[in-house]
Amino acid sequence: GNWSRLAAQQALTQDQLLEFDTFGNVSLIHVTDIHAQLKPIYFREPSVNIGVGPNRGEVPHVTGADFRRLYGIDDGSPSHYALTSGDFAALAQAYGRVGGMDRVATVVNAIRADRPDALLLDGGDTWHGSYTCHHTQGQDMVNVMNALKPDAMTFHWEFTLGQDRVRELVEGLPFDALGQNIFDAMWDEPAERFKPYEFYERGGVKIAVIGQAFPYLPIANPGWMFPDYTFGIRDRHMQEMVDEVRAQGAELVVCLSHNGFDVDKKMAGQVSGIDVILTGHTHDALPEPVLVGDTILIASGSNGKFVSRVDLDVRDGQMMGFRHKLIPIFSDVIAPDPEMTRLIDEQRAPYIDQLTEVIGETEGTLYRRGNFNGTWDDLICDALMSERDAQIALSPGVRWGPSLIPGDKITREDIWNVTSMSYGEAYRNEMTGEFLKVVLEDVADNIFNPDPYYQQGGDMVRTGGLGYRIDVRAEQGSRISDMVLLETGEPIDPAATYVVAGWASVNEGTEGPMIWDVVENHIRQQGTIRTDVNTDVEVEGA
Amino acid sequence: LGAGAALMTVLPYRANAAVEDFVNEFTGGAEVAEGGVDLIAPEIAENGNTVPIEVAAEGASAIMVLAAGNPTPPVATFNFGPLAGASRAATRIRLAQTQDVIAIAKLADGSFARTSSLVKVTIGGCGG
Amino acid sequence: MASGVRPRVKVPRSASAGETITIKTLISHQMESGQRKDSDGNTIPRSIINRFVVDFNGENVLDVKMEPAISTNPYFEFEAKVPESGDFHFTWYDDDGSVYEDTQTIEVS
Ligand SMILES: [Mn+2]
Ligand SMILES: [Mn+2]
Repeated sequence: GNWSRLAAQQALTQDQLLEFDTFGNVSLIHVTDIHAQLKPIYFREPSVNIGVGPNRGEVPHVTGADFRRLYGIDDGSPSHYALTSGDFAALAQAYGRVGGMDRVATVVNAIRADRPDALLLDGGDTWHGSYTCHHTQGQDMVNVMNALKPDAMTFHWEFTLGQDRVRELVEGLPFDALGQNIFDAMWDEPAERFKPYEFYERGGVKIAVIGQAFPYLPIANPGWMFPDYTFGIRDRHMQEMVDEVRAQGAELVVCLSHNGFDVDKKMAGQVSGIDVILTGHTHDALPEPVLVGDTILIASGSNGKFVSRVDLDVRDGQMMGFRHKLIPIFSDVIAPDPEMTRLIDEQRAPYIDQLTEVIGETEGTLYRRGNFNGTWDDLICDALMSERDAQIALSPGVRWGPSLIPGDKITREDIWNVTSMSYGEAYRNEMTGEFLKVVLEDVADNIFNPDPYYQQGGDMVRTGGLGYRIDVRAEQGSRISDMVLLETGEPIDPAATYVVAGWASVNEGTEGPMIWDVVENHIRQQGTIRTDVNTDVEVEGA
Repeated sequence: LGAGAALMTVLPYRANAAVEDFVNEFTGGAEVAEGGVDLIAPEIAENGNTVPIEVAAEGASAIMVLAAGNPTPPVATFNFGPLAGASRAATRIRLAQTQDVIAIAKLADGSFARTSSLVKVTIGGCGG
Repeated sequence: MASGVRPRVKVPRSASAGETITIKTLISHQMESGQRKDSDGNTIPRSIINRFVVDFNGENVLDVKMEPAISTNPYFEFEAKVPESGDFHFTWYDDDGSVYEDTQTIEVS
């Protein structure tokens, strides 16, 4: 590029990142989808994020240069690096890592210095996603978040720790565990341990925060790990809760949601009386709120890369105005909070040798986010095919997992950051061509159904050894065509049987070695990982 | 994403041809108006073996529920007695595939009302 | 008789005269649909609860005709009017001729 990266970076200061003209009488601080990333990381935003139906071409389904044009972001600027994918490796060299919970603590403390009674709200996907989180069953994240002193959180991946562990951790939380849609499965009644909402008196304003957990937990994740609970969007119940808190005098109604952006956008149109929806789950980072009627939607990214601050002027029971900033956590610009650094290092100390062991090295950028493929998943699929001797590999389209930049060493921690979960068995099965088509169609509809309430918020299942064409705007059942077995170049035969390896099956009793071991063995054998442009999926209708 | 998940049809389903026979049996061939009966069902079933549904129709004496894409469509018929507090009931049902659930109410004046709701049954897996 | 069948009902202990209350019932039962096959490929015969009846002091509240598409451990939620103190009587009828019953008393103040 012809811009001056170094100058841009030097111009960036902590004061500038935190600069905010304090406004109104209430401040909300939002973090979400941290996925247990305690330390600074790289995180490449998606270059492909296709919107369908009413959300075609609407944010957050705008990427790259289009995104920069939409928000008036200069090429090569810090916002370019933080919010979009283009020229990622070079900008990452210039601007460095992002996130780190000790940097997040500095930002939260600075906002609290401005507004001591600011509400800190965590949108969930907090107790999942790293080596230490897995080995402590979420305890490392609970310890760190407790020190950050949030007021409330809601849930998604937390439940994959199993319902007993979730109950145990929730019992001990010094803040509120909210979810109006977390129900007891047997009697279909609000679950006892999770309150639907809580009131907070801040700046003389009575604020109600209503929690909304991920609606499709037992579908997207193994329901057998939390059989006592049922979820769903439950927007009628949400309306009842809004009416209930309003009747009890709430002057500001905030929904702390893990619905995913498009689901929240639809819900904002179905449910009246919510002032602010703090969205989560789909990992979108938007520099401006999206307005739906009188409701504002805030999207605060993932992996500890951003903190949102929303200042509100609430008078006579009404939201009169707001001011918002999506604060990117540039790890080299924001000074870490030393107490938090110490606490984080304490969580990591027992595992530090395992975490830091170098397994290999990467020549290209390793990233995951994007609707169809990322180089991390290409690598995982290659590992599955070679280590499990399979013709085809399937890797789940999860949206978490940090990136590595060219020349980075790949440590064990890096591998766990993109694979860690409580059901990481790498299975090896025979599947018919017909079944493979059914799988692709099923997952595609979970992403590209034009009605957001039928979407689950993941990306498309990643495939190795299998090419296909997808028309995202076609009807369910006819989106996928031209499936090809790459090893032979032959079309997939519906009646033939193929050896398929994959991981993260939601079925109980899945057997196989753990995916992180599969990937580690593969990387060790390769030594240096080369990343190629993946042309196996042809997309139409975007 | 389900490895070895039972093969289920996620292609656009064809409603069971017998559905209209069951409707006629319930209505005695009378005309059926669209709307006038509420059916609450999830957009996506958490588990196709136990899908919560709720039906209600003011003053209805009976409500029949059909699953249009099941091998045998009948699900249940709720007959409301004189001490029913409302013509409303909730239960949990089995859906073999993505399909329309249909509710037909016999209203107080003897006329019939019908509504339907699409419930998606998915293999699942993956997430943000 | 199907084994391990256990009915459970949730009825408020008291109500005011003429009040409408919500009742929930659950009964543990396999609800064998008649469409499944065993490991030898033989169809497992249908064995379900086919009818559920709720009366209050001898007068009917709800009468449900149940089909194999009702889930394992049938669950019902419905509304009942309570004109006076008395007994709710719940009856489940099994394909095999078994009848399961429960009674709950409610006080009207
Ligand atoms: Mn997440
Ligand atoms: Mn999530």
